Amino acid sequence: MKSFTYTKADSLPAASDAAATAGTRIIAGGTTMVDLMKIGVIGPDALVDITGLDALDGYEVTADQLRFGALSKMGTVGADAQVVEACPALSESLWKAASPQLRNAATLGGNILQHTRCPYFRDTAYAQCNKRTPGSGCAALSGGETTLHAILGGSSACVAMYPGDFAQALIAFDAVVETRGPGGTRTIPFADLHLLPADTPQTETVLEPGEIVTAIVVPIIPAMANSTYLKARDRESYAFASASAAVGIEMDGETVRDARIALGGVASVPWRAKAAEDSLKGKPLTEEAAREAGRIAFEDAEPLEGSAYKIALGADVVAGALMEVKSRIGGQN
Amino acid sequence: MSKVPPDLRRPGVSRRGFLQGSSVVAGSLGMAVGAAQAQEAPASADARTITLTVNGKARHLSVEPRTTLVEALRDTLGLTGTKIGCNQGQCGACTVLLDGTRVNSCLTLAVMAEGSEVVTVEGLADPTGDLHPMQTAFAENDAFQCGYCTPGQILSAIACIDEGHATDAAEIREYMSGNLCRCGAYLNIVAAVEQVRDAQKG
Repeated sequence: MKSFTYTKADSLPAASDAAATAGTRIIAGGTTMVDLMKIGVIGPDALVDITGLDALDGYEVTADQLRFGALSKMGTVGADAQVVEACPALSESLWKAASPQLRNAATLGGNILQHTRCPYFRDTAYAQCNKRTPGSGCAALSGGETTLHAILGGSSACVAMYPGDFAQALIAFDAVVETRGPGGTRTIPFADLHLLPADTPQTETVLEPGEIVTAIVVPIIPAMANSTYLKARDRESYAFASASAAVGIEMDGETVRDARIALGGVASVPWRAKAAEDSLKGKPLTEEAAREAGRIAFEDAEPLEGSAYKIALGADVVAGALMEVKSRIGGQN
Repeated sequence: MSKVPPDLRRPGVSRRGFLQGSSVVAGSLGMAVGAAQAQEAPASADARTITLTVNGKARHLSVEPRTTLVEALRDTLGLTGTKIGCNQGQCGACTVLLDGTRVNSCLTLAVMAEGSEVVTVEGLADPTGDLHPMQTAFAENDAFQCGYCTPGQILSAIACIDEGHATDAAEIREYMSGNLCRCGAYLNIVAAVEQVRDAQKG
């Protein structure tokens, strides 16, 4: 690992001011950053440790919202009974991610900003990666291995997949993030946080230099109570999603009043499937309707050859998640 | 009769003791000597002294910002029970308890652990030498083959029960999944966890 200087921040303004310097990065849980520093993908000159900023830690669940400090740990929040009750999809997206050891260290703020697991991004033996080295090309698009790549939201410069799970639950339920930068505080809709790769895949979010995520807020809506996160992966546990879906349903008698569907493992950014949601509204939640929603969720997919399997798999995951929620609603009656 | 060569049966000249003795700092030499030697090690411009409570004892050690916790434990403190496997947070061989929760020490910067309590496999047996029940259960159930992953597995298994995630075999497997081992000992690891869980209920 390349040498760097280390500072422990004693205030949020000081941290954001320091982090605005080129070559300086914020560190909290470190589970992704230390890994990427070891393999030479990133090599900061300076790290600013924000784990001592207690105001960023802790979380609360009220009647109106879930509010997570950015330093809240994935493991703690994922296992919290209040979070499970308020929104099963949020809890499941956390405890189905990573391993217990990683979840004990990883923070929610870091989780939503994690880098892609694209093998070409992670392997510096490949010169071509527009995300790692802007302008160098894309090894995946140049005839490389493509089984792990995005089939939604990719560009001619980058087809790297956004790897997270929690983000799908956040985008499905209209979360917002609160930030503090050198210029002050602001609130960003989660759906606006991540940028499509387009021609600049190295720029992954709208965050300005030095801007630090301080909290994640999820306003409570009825569809959250009947929600789930279904994750299909190569092995039963501790793997990134091949395809996943966060779904939530609000019923009005026998018909769907509100539907929320977000997709993981298939897109370049956290992905809300609004057309699929709309296809369900006002109709009974049948298996046929669920399968149609799954098909619609992927009708704009543009897969490379190796990742074409994700269309059918993703449609099945969406349908399966919807039927799981239906069975849970049924179980309550 | 034991098949262990006589010279390795002598107290203090075990293979492990020999290897530790040949490393930078011998854990058996005690913390004062260990700390002194750590201070004498060639330090980078940004090296700093941190304090950790390791297995109940305060340890002062000099680390660079890029030193990981597992490197500090093994290379500086001579506590070689914690293993480096993948060194990428994927295999769990480096699992330790940090302030009571299990983490991958290979992804933890030692400077960020300043002031923390660390428990490694060396801290599990009681002062008389009696093994922790999980260590005994691993031995009784043959829950290892080559044994390289075992220290991390044992710490993870203890945490698995403490966290309340050892209800049944499926849950044990899920919550042991951060410890990847290719030797096929999982059945026996699950049995060891179940044995300790049931004994604690007893």
